Amino acid sequence: MKTKFTLLAFIALAGAALAAPQTFDFKDPKGINNAGFKLDAPLEAINGSASGISGAVTFDPGIPGATKGKIIVATASLMLPNPMQKQHMLSDKWLDAAKYPEISFESKEFKKVQTAGDTTTADVTGTFILKGVSKEITVPVKLTYMKDKLGQRVPDQKGDLLVIRASFTIKRGDFNINPGQFEDKVSDAIEITLSIAGASPK
Amino acid sequence: MKRALRIIAGVLIIGATAFWAATGANRGWTKTHVPKKITDEATGLEGIQWQEKFVPGVDFLGAALLGAGVLTGLSFLSRAKSNNPAIKTEQ
Repeated sequence: MKTKFTLLAFIALAGAALAAPQTFDFKDPKGINNAGFKLDAPLEAINGSASGISGAVTFDPGIPGATKGKIIVATASLMLPNPMQKQHMLSDKWLDAAKYPEISFESKEFKKVQTAGDTTTADVTGTFILKGVSKEITVPVKLTYMKDKLGQRVPDQKGDLLVIRASFTIKRGDFNINPGQFEDKVSDAIEITLSIAGASPK
Repeated sequence: MKRALRIIAGVLIIGATAFWAATGANRGWTKTHVPKKITDEATGLEGIQWQEKFVPGVDFLGAALLGAGVLTGLSFLSRAKSNNPAIKTEQ
């Protein structure tokens, strides 16, 4: 009886340990993680990307809907093909990268969670902060849990990967970025595409 | 002098247009960096690497046109060299 109880307790503990939430670090040593942005105004299209991504997400493969985390983009890492456009974008007239060095999104709640295999889709509501302005937005995301795949990405490391893909649109006017101005050349709508992978070493 | 300025202006326009066309006839602004897509084999994620590359745009063409215009304008201001010996004697 005692042996049975010990065995059951061990199994329960092992199960709890396996189902424990893991923390994934999104600082990418390979430099693949990126956030693309696109502004399609009537007179001009602006396409760029940001690479300075960091943050952490806590993910439990058993309960994907309980995922929580924060993703940060370094404002200074926003890149455009034209150097003058980039300079203007980061200046105090637009994003003011010196005063607001980070753009971030922190999740609060996962809704419409659907899991098939290792892939989960959901609508995530959270706080998006841009140029010091916080706004609650809902973003459709796709999470792919890749167990024991960290070694394929970072040699000599064991662990898991979590891939997050998201596409959503914000309005610069909502974040006090020259609201209502220059909309013929700089669109109010900013399409953002996030493609990032986080690592959870073992 | 007048002729030389006009020839330089013509060469500037033709050269700039040929360079612009040869580098892809970019109808946007001049680029100093171009994005290159890279794929992470482990995750399938597509990343972007920015490579330094000069791609002239319409502002480059405009600057060349302006330069050629200035040179052509200067050519009208410069005096033509006289070959008339009579004038030389008068001087």
